[in-house]
Amino acid sequence: MDVGILAQQLFNGLMLGVIYAMIAVGFSLFFGVLDVIKFSHGDVVTVGAFSSLGAAGLAGGLVALPPVLALASGIAAAVAIGALAGVIIGRVLVLPLRHAPGVNVLLATLMAGTVLREAIRLGVPNGGNPKPFPALLPGGSIKAGSFSAGIDSVMILAAGLLLVLGTHLLITRTRFGLAIRAVAQDGEVARLSGIDFQTVVLGTFALGSALAAFAGCMLGLYYREINFNMGVLLGIIGFASAVVGGLGSMLGPIIGGFLFAGVQTLVVVALPVSSAYKDVIAFAAIIVLIAIFPTGLIAERRSERV
Amino acid sequence: MKFKSGLLLLLALAAPFPSAVLAKDTVKLAFIGPLSGGNSAPGLGGRNSAQLAVQLRNADPAAKYTYELITFDDECKPNVGIQVATKAASDNSIIAGITHYCSAVGIATVDTYSRFGLPVVVWGAILPEITYGNDYREIHRVNGTMINEGRLAADFLTKQGYKKFVVVHDTTDYGKGQNKYFTEYLKPTGGEIVATFPVSPDQQDFTAELTRIKELKPDLILIGGLTPLGVRLRAQMDRVGVVAQLAGVSGIMTAGFLEGAGAAGEGTISFHNGAPISKYPQGQAFLEAYTKAGFREDPDAYGPFAYSATNLVMDAIEKTGPDRKKMKEVLNGTKGYKALVGEINFDDHRQNIVSANVYVAQDGKWVYWPDSEYAAGKKKLAKN
Repeated sequence: MDVGILAQQLFNGLMLGVIYAMIAVGFSLFFGVLDVIKFSHGDVVTVGAFSSLGAAGLAGGLVALPPVLALASGIAAAVAIGALAGVIIGRVLVLPLRHAPGVNVLLATLMAGTVLREAIRLGVPNGGNPKPFPALLPGGSIKAGSFSAGIDSVMILAAGLLLVLGTHLLITRTRFGLAIRAVAQDGEVARLSGIDFQTVVLGTFALGSALAAFAGCMLGLYYREINFNMGVLLGIIGFASAVVGGLGSMLGPIIGGFLFAGVQTLVVVALPVSSAYKDVIAFAAIIVLIAIFPTGLIAERRSERV
Repeated sequence: MKFKSGLLLLLALAAPFPSAVLAKDTVKLAFIGPLSGGNSAPGLGGRNSAQLAVQLRNADPAAKYTYELITFDDECKPNVGIQVATKAASDNSIIAGITHYCSAVGIATVDTYSRFGLPVVVWGAILPEITYGNDYREIHRVNGTMINEGRLAADFLTKQGYKKFVVVHDTTDYGKGQNKYFTEYLKPTGGEIVATFPVSPDQQDFTAELTRIKELKPDLILIGGLTPLGVRLRAQMDRVGVVAQLAGVSGIMTAGFLEGAGAAGEGTISFHNGAPISKYPQGQAFLEAYTKAGFREDPDAYGPFAYSATNLVMDAIEKTGPDRKKMKEVLNGTKGYKALVGEINFDDHRQNIVSANVYVAQDGKWVYWPDSEYAAGKKKLAKN
């Protein structure tokens, strides 16, 4: 295999990985602050994708906007509506069930995800069909030998990496991040030291969900096509990545996301006949890894929780 | 009060034509196809065309019965297909069915129709086994199979000078069948398949597969799948920088493919067992009636087959009355039936004999190959 093709596969893996990581980070954030698994997370990705399509389409339909502004309105809508969905789910479903068994929250959020998905299917005109997503990023591609990458792909990759890095800095370097970490360590003590518990929890939900919604918008830009059930598998992959990386840590889900994408890509490279089984093999790898590292690659006790 | 006066008004309006409304018995027919999901464009086109056949028949004073089309959504999923097929077949007031666009659903439901004795006419699914894989006298098909589409694909593409092929097919019976027949017919032509990629029908990311394909430098990629797979593959080919001609059989020959793939879809080749609607003697009349009926969706590539299947079923009922068994016998023996899609002749497996045609996506439309600018040499297909 020549170097160009190898680089191309590496790039494909990175693209997938950054999208998975953006989703996985949310799972880890929610688990960190409240010890809950929010299973509607994958559908928030879809909400983000459809909000950005709606906003970009609406903005473009009312006035002939240049792509940059349509893109900006699309991203703004995805992030705002995603964050709002996160806050509503957190406030209405998760916080009241905080002291109930964990499986209740899991079930409630799973149902909320179905509600979101069906609302898109039924509410969006012709919502059961895949929707073409406008190409709002600059076209053209970078070519070097047999390697070729769209400029838009590079921009999406960069944006994803910056966002994940930004979230990391937000958690580790800011006052809000300090509050999140304090709540994650011990909610009661954090409260006693004057931290507004509810605001911090809901802030975390807004943050994680906005990241997922942004990932949805990026997915639309990357694949140029979105559909109402795109979030189902992505949610499961994001969750698996977070668990294998280490739920509750910040670096873990990022490693998990890239690992999952890496295995998927490797399967296609090494065993083209079994392309259909790439998800099966990737999930099998996850099962093996969690058998070896039950608390994830970045074990919680060795890392600071969120 | 308001309700009462509304009712009175309704009665007053209905009063002048009681005899016209009550004169004929109503016969129910089932239409089953994908009305939602990624394959709903051909599904809705088929439904509208069947609906049009019923409307025209109901407007005909010579018809002995009033027909009612009950529509079911199989979502292009075998499990949903079996549910709705059971619902339709177990309803004794339904006399016949015009069924299925998706092959994976079509093959899953044949047992159900046979068990309940509901005669059906397949209007879109092209998997050979639907008719040839069993001996159910309930199952008929007006459109062709992937055998003749695959044979034509292998023949036509090698004649165009393509030698190295890659097949990307979905892992349903439909995709696997296409791979099987294309591969089989390609061998004697001297063409070579350098790689085959079986993929899940709802896989989103194809960049890894396409990067492998880029390395193999095939002349042509054949899609063994339906529209969503075709759209994704086409969109991602450019992203990875794969230069190859794209072709697929009738599963991608939809308006949805052209819309989803946009400008990148230009030059895609497809094979379909129907001729262009304008080539049929009654084609123009069908299109005019379709437009006049005011349907929102296009009839799509298989609409004329759904229309023909519905008329075939209604004609059989006109002969025998609303009796599943008797009308099945009449359907079984269909020979020389003049339909919109040409003459329908069933062989001993109740399969209509048709020949396939070549199409190409040109300026946002599927154009009959001999009429296209590609055939005329004004535009060129992709060559690696």
